[in-house]
Amino acid sequence: MTVAIDRATGKRHGDRAPRPGLGQRLKQSYQKHWYAYAMIAPVAIVLGVLVLYPLVYGLYLTLTDANSLNTARTIGVNHIDATYKFIGLDNYKDILFGPTSYDRFWSHFIWTIVWTALCVALHYTIGLGLALLLNQKLRGRTFYRLILILPWAVPTFVTVFGWRFMLADGGIINIALDALHLPQPDWLESTFWQRFAAIMVNTWCGVPFMMVSLLGGLQSIDASLYEAAEMDGASAWQRFRYVTLPGLRSVSSTVVLLGIIWTFNQFAVIFLLFGNTAPDAQILVTWAYYLGFGQQPRDFAQSAAYGILLLAILIVFTSFYRRWLNRNEQQLAI
Amino acid sequence: MSTTTVESSAAAGERDSAAAAPPRRVRRRGEQSPAGRLASHGILTVASLIAFFPVAWLIYLSLGPDKDDYLHPGGIWSKMSFSNYSFVLQHTEFFDWLKSSLIVSLGTTVIGVLIAATTGYAVSRMRFPGYRKFMWVLLVTQMFPVAVLMVPMYQILSDLQLIDSYLGLVLVYCSTAVPYCAWLLKGYFDTIPFEIDEAGRVDGLTPFGTFARLILPLAKPGLAVAAFYSFLTAFGEVAFASTFMLSDTKYTFAVGLQTFVSEHDAQRNLMAATAVLIAIPVSAFFYLVQKNLVTGLTAGGTKG
Repeated sequence: MTVAIDRATGKRHGDRAPRPGLGQRLKQSYQKHWYAYAMIAPVAIVLGVLVLYPLVYGLYLTLTDANSLNTARTIGVNHIDATYKFIGLDNYKDILFGPTSYDRFWSHFIWTIVWTALCVALHYTIGLGLALLLNQKLRGRTFYRLILILPWAVPTFVTVFGWRFMLADGGIINIALDALHLPQPDWLESTFWQRFAAIMVNTWCGVPFMMVSLLGGLQSIDASLYEAAEMDGASAWQRFRYVTLPGLRSVSSTVVLLGIIWTFNQFAVIFLLFGNTAPDAQILVTWAYYLGFGQQPRDFAQSAAYGILLLAILIVFTSFYRRWLNRNEQQLAI
Repeated sequence: MSTTTVESSAAAGERDSAAAAPPRRVRRRGEQSPAGRLASHGILTVASLIAFFPVAWLIYLSLGPDKDDYLHPGGIWSKMSFSNYSFVLQHTEFFDWLKSSLIVSLGTTVIGVLIAATTGYAVSRMRFPGYRKFMWVLLVTQMFPVAVLMVPMYQILSDLQLIDSYLGLVLVYCSTAVPYCAWLLKGYFDTIPFEIDEAGRVDGLTPFGTFARLILPLAKPGLAVAAFYSFLTAFGEVAFASTFMLSDTKYTFAVGLQTFVSEHDAQRNLMAATAVLIAIPVSAFFYLVQKNLVTGLTAGGTKG
């Protein structure tokens, strides 16, 4: 039959007979698989036009000194041609090793790593804790669950403004801290507290997704495993350690990867919480945005170079993560 | 994923202390000591308050008529009014923003789902040379940081004069929505038994016929999830919308909301009222679909 349904094995089969010539093989391959190619064609075309082409163009821009003063633009009726020139890998050299590269790149890089690690760790532990609590026979469980996913239900750009009101100088959080005779940090001004506030807000936004996914994972664990463990005299901790955690492994590896990617790329929280006022609290994504669009003149080339570097970091990380999971004989589904 | 069906399966509460003193009445599995139950309720109540408070606070502030009321929240009680809401609805571009948001989000949703459907089916059922590479491309495209495509997209769209147009923004959003929908749909198609395809083939349907006549009708929930998710993502996107939409009648909500606070003036009361007006329908929509949404997201993740 033309279309092999062999999803279970994940292997192509049958088409590796004695190798005929290249033209023959192409023809056979075409006859065998043209359905598949016709079906993926729309997405392949869209990705080629909307992703691949801009990506290649962006890659080219990183090798130039393009900024908003020398790119092609139209002012009124006058059209000004582009005058930027090719400068090779100078942008990358400048970003990674140039003078003040620590302030411009590495400090943001370190903060991005810290931000991602802390946020995902908090998301996961709080999410798991709440999922465990919700996964019991408990009165009002559905009600709790509905309230707890509220931060996910309301769009992030709305809730971040809510937090901004609360964190402002005379906002409710500082009023409350004052009433308790605690120090009142200036959340939106000093670097440390800006970072603290950013992590806090992002944690608030991100926990519900983890909680709900892990709850789904918990509910798919076979209850008889717990019975067996209890028969064997396993304590609550042992049941958690040897039944729950292994049972959650596949869900966990997926949501942690998603969480890392989303947090690393998190734009809205930091951008909306601070705008351009907090150069030291910017993670790489928002910093790249600032370089390309938040300042005058806009430095397109450097911003694009940051984008390429970010993508490289993510790709390297993801392939290591997958390899690491494969070594532990786990399937990563996403 | 449902929270009610588990009652019978006696999902094990981790917190139940098996070590508790030998009870007179035999506790069933999954039941808890009163203290444990109290602790669970306590923690969940605190967590719910934390989840709820910022939203509630926003609603409360939106009722204060003056722009500095957020600094004196106590004073709002005495002069609570809906004046902010009527002002926002009558004297701002609220309905323009609503229109732009809907055009852009719905456009992205429709295009994304239409284009991604056949691909999701193909990668779920067929193996072809280049399959792994294709899946890798789909995965990587989803994790593009906004910074990667923003500069080249901005340049390309200005060349095409698509900056500040709905079509431009829809195209940009499709670059992430399409691969995402394809993933999500693959996850859903994987849950449809292959026997159905086989039956279709035995009856002489081509793969396209199988897809269109047998699988697609069965996959409506999956399509709905992909649509919901694309819609919510496009609706909440901030970075591209803030950069590519220039005229204030074409702002989406994510951009429009920012305009209340500028360097010169901060109309926080109006901003809060607008935020509430946006949040209510979106959250209602989210709550309606959330059960499917969560199942769909993790189905893509845990199977396949």
